[in-house]
Amino acid sequence: MTNDAKSVSGAYEAGLKGAAETVAEFHEEQNALKKLQHWLHQTPSAVPMIVLVVSVIVFGLLADNFFKAATLSTILQQIAIVGILGCAQTIVILTAGIDLSVGAIAVFSSVLMGQMTFRYGIPAPAAIAIGLALGTAMGALNGFLIARLKLPPFIVTLGTWQILLASNFIYSANETIRSSDIAEKAPALQFWGYSIEPGGVKVLYAVFLMIALVAIMAYVLRHTAWGRHVYATGDDPAAAELAGVPTKKVLIQVYALAGLFCAIAGWVMIGRFGSVSPTASTGQLGNIQSITAVVIGGISLFGGRGSIVGMFFGALIVGVFEMGLRLVGTDPQWTFFLIGVLIIFAVTVDQWIRKVAS
Amino acid sequence: MEPILKARGLTKRYGKVTALNDCDFDLMPGEILAVIGDNGAGKSTLIKAISGAVVPDEGKIWLEGQEVSFRTPIEARAAGIETVYQTLAMSPALSIADNMFMGRELRAPGILGSLFRKLDRPKMEKFAREKLNELGLMTIQNINQAVETLSGGQRQGVAVARAAAFGSKVVILDEPTAALGVKESRRVLELIRDVKNRGIPIILISHNMPHVFEIADRIHIHRLGRRLCVIRPQDYSMSDAVAFMTGAKLPEGVTETV
Repeated sequence: MTNDAKSVSGAYEAGLKGAAETVAEFHEEQNALKKLQHWLHQTPSAVPMIVLVVSVIVFGLLADNFFKAATLSTILQQIAIVGILGCAQTIVILTAGIDLSVGAIAVFSSVLMGQMTFRYGIPAPAAIAIGLALGTAMGALNGFLIARLKLPPFIVTLGTWQILLASNFIYSANETIRSSDIAEKAPALQFWGYSIEPGGVKVLYAVFLMIALVAIMAYVLRHTAWGRHVYATGDDPAAAELAGVPTKKVLIQVYALAGLFCAIAGWVMIGRFGSVSPTASTGQLGNIQSITAVVIGGISLFGGRGSIVGMFFGALIVGVFEMGLRLVGTDPQWTFFLIGVLIIFAVTVDQWIRKVAS
Repeated sequence: MEPILKARGLTKRYGKVTALNDCDFDLMPGEILAVIGDNGAGKSTLIKAISGAVVPDEGKIWLEGQEVSFRTPIEARAAGIETVYQTLAMSPALSIADNMFMGRELRAPGILGSLFRKLDRPKMEKFAREKLNELGLMTIQNINQAVETLSGGQRQGVAVARAAAFGSKVVILDEPTAALGVKESRRVLELIRDVKNRGIPIILISHNMPHVFEIADRIHIHRLGRRLCVIRPQDYSMSDAVAFMTGAKLPEGVTETV
């Protein structure tokens, strides 16, 4: 191999002599604002955590009753369902999707569990298993339409939201199963409504379930290959595909798992409300509430960024605001006003963090 | 010497367009082979056929004498052919280590890995750091920093390091210097030479004639969907090469038949 051609062709770059030779060097940003930006980039749940701590302190100072164990356990109890739906919404939004059908799947699954027991006489544990399986199947249907037919998630789940909610009303004939009947014949359906009372403070099983689900998903998303694939799929699907991530499979799995979480939330609803009601407000509001928790929790709607722990903080922030403002005695509309402000704030912070690249 | 990668009679048609027309290809062990050709000559289709991104309608490919047929890039990768795409195929929000192991993550030993599917982060990070060091990219300090916080040259460096780390037989580089400045391009060319010095043959697709002539051992000139000729850079000038690939001139002993 001769070097003649090389030296000739390299001549035009002779002017480079003396220029810095290193390319791959990392410039430490000294600016404090830049440092903050980098830190938030690596720790996306920091913002909701700070907001949560500040709001807890503020309400603690404003309302005498706020720092009571009973108040705090009530807050946890009230966010249990939204927190579980939020787990579903989190994994979907991490793939740059959205699931408007979470509330509908939850309500329909709870109705299916109830009707399996009371209409067909299936033992409650089997009815629950069937309900969970059907909820997973509803999620998988979303996933199939999105991944295989390449339809936009917003449209698919807008459609399945209406379809599932309508199916739910048609199937149940708008019938509510009464709480007393369930307690008598199928207490397993109300399992998550039971509680332990350490020191007289009532803590529902549902609260432990929500915390356990968040913890498990935090582990799965952070420490398993599948979790990394979920992030990669949301971050840049084309790049993930080329790097060897089976993005279509990941999407279907994500929507199916979201369906399972929704069905679990449906089971928890029976425990929380006692009865099985096809008209439960979760069917209409569950999607907005879970999206709110996810967005306030610092998870990017554009996919690939954020942590499920952030979603948990987001749900807690909503719970703290509702409870705190009620204790302070203001018009409850202020809750929605402030949550609206928080949503816009959270998205602004997300956009700013994204600019870290430039 | 036998070619490490050989293709004969590759043909690929898209409707009425013939992107590859009975095309031959040879890559010798340890060499840098540049592939040049005018836009639309079919060189990306050729590369895609070799890297598994496109399945040719006709023709055969041999890797180390064994006939292979890849249906996906993953199959080609499993056989030891790594491709660095022009888009780099990296997830910007994920870390360098995560990106290097994307799609082939290592799991922790014992029950943590088998039952709980836990990643072996320390091992992955150590490996990533070693590979970057080997290619002189040790100035990237934090293996856990997100890829989007790196400069263009650094990203290219990480992508090349990933390919070199896993590409046991062939590394394909698609326009590695297209998006880079003069200084960064220089560094990437050095990186390519480092990879070659470690004995891995490289296919380099590039429009940049000075880079091609500087670094390639042989140049495959692609025209009208097939190999027009293979030249050695020291035997011809850049303007000859451009004349060949645009059809302004024919190399000696070659007759164009269309």
